[in-house]
Amino acid sequence: MSRYNRHTILSEIGQQGQDKISNAKVLVIGAGGLGCPVLQYLTGAGIGTLGIIDFDVVSESNLQRQVLFGTSVLGINKAIAAKERLEDLNNTITINTYPKRLTHKNAVALFKNYDIIVDGTDNFETRYLVNDASILAEKPLVYGGIYKFEGQVSVFNYKEGPSYRCLFPTPPEKGSVPNCSEIGVLGVLPGIIGTMQANEVLKIILELGNVLSGKLLYYNALTAQTTSLKINKSEAEIEKGLNNKPFFNTLSEEFDCTISIPEISIKEAFKNINLQFIDVRESDEQPKITSLNPVYLPLSELENNLDKIDSEKTKVIFCQAGIRSKSAVSILQKHRINNSYSIKEGALEIIEFINNNGK
Amino acid sequence: MKLTIKYFGLLAELTQCNEEEIEFSGANVSDLKDVLFQKYEALKIKDFQVAQNNELTTNKTTVTATEIALLPPFAGG
Repeated sequence: MSRYNRHTILSEIGQQGQDKISNAKVLVIGAGGLGCPVLQYLTGAGIGTLGIIDFDVVSESNLQRQVLFGTSVLGINKAIAAKERLEDLNNTITINTYPKRLTHKNAVALFKNYDIIVDGTDNFETRYLVNDASILAEKPLVYGGIYKFEGQVSVFNYKEGPSYRCLFPTPPEKGSVPNCSEIGVLGVLPGIIGTMQANEVLKIILELGNVLSGKLLYYNALTAQTTSLKINKSEAEIEKGLNNKPFFNTLSEEFDCTISIPEISIKEAFKNINLQFIDVRESDEQPKITSLNPVYLPLSELENNLDKIDSEKTKVIFCQAGIRSKSAVSILQKHRINNSYSIKEGALEIIEFINNNGK
Repeated sequence: MKLTIKYFGLLAELTQCNEEEIEFSGANVSDLKDVLFQKYEALKIKDFQVAQNNELTTNKTTVTATEIALLPPFAGG
């Protein structure tokens, strides 16, 4: 396949290495400043299965550094918006999205479905959760953290190596260390640190070079200085992570990745009566489907217009590709507006169906 | 002995310098922290790790190197 030619012609990788990449499963926690470059490069590299978990939606202030997003996806869940962009980059891989919060209840079961976990989170609470769940699920964790102009990278739980708790045993007091949204961050910094994380992921998969295990790489963007610090393994600290087991639901039940968003085809939709069609595209998006007589509620304004939704009717939501309509249903579910469905097809396919079958 | 202390992240802001020299006559990292806490009271409530010779230490580690780094955790992502 010519897609991976620049990898396969490297004698250190070759087709054999590329096959390892194709067979790998990587879960990225957080599709933000760090997660975006990680996802971009791992998708380009052809990681066979990529998971993206993020409960947050894209906002304008993200665009300064979160390179997978543009103005067209403002208000859309980050995992879903990232998938939309990444599928254009590489549609030969599987991308699972989890537009929800990572919790003690779902983390371990989710991690068990993957080979490598990447931490792109933005708060200590989740970082310690990710670390402990990685220990319990026995998965290596590629860590990255940033502060204004400085970044840290390391690989934890790799081949019995140290964990995040060996570096920083206990979470700092809430609010004692500000995050990017509170204090600001140089836009390229997460690009640099996230790219280093993607590099560590590939090294682990390819078994190439020296994985950054047992070391913390520190980078200062203003001085271009890097420092590498040795981290010693502390069984006692790892034990603490393991002792948190009772807080976790470690039953390896099938993780619910279908996100329970009801989807139907346009054909099925017409089988129902008393429908309210909702077009969640932005007002300038074409073609309009006037024959459905939809309510026009762009996704970005949906939450402010819930009063326009008819509680007596079955809500059938569509958009250009069938992705934003899913986000819309999850927003409605959040507000306990049930009986809402996302149409699988996009606007063009819906029109084609109407033209072929009549309404 | 004279030690060069390097401060990272928000610790550099707190101390208003990236690095400085201090005179140290104590034995271990815990003693060193006491010296630094006296100089910068606000350090007391901060979480950080101390490295010497680019290796993380514990409170009981004997201070042998002249270059020490204070490293806080980074939340952002």
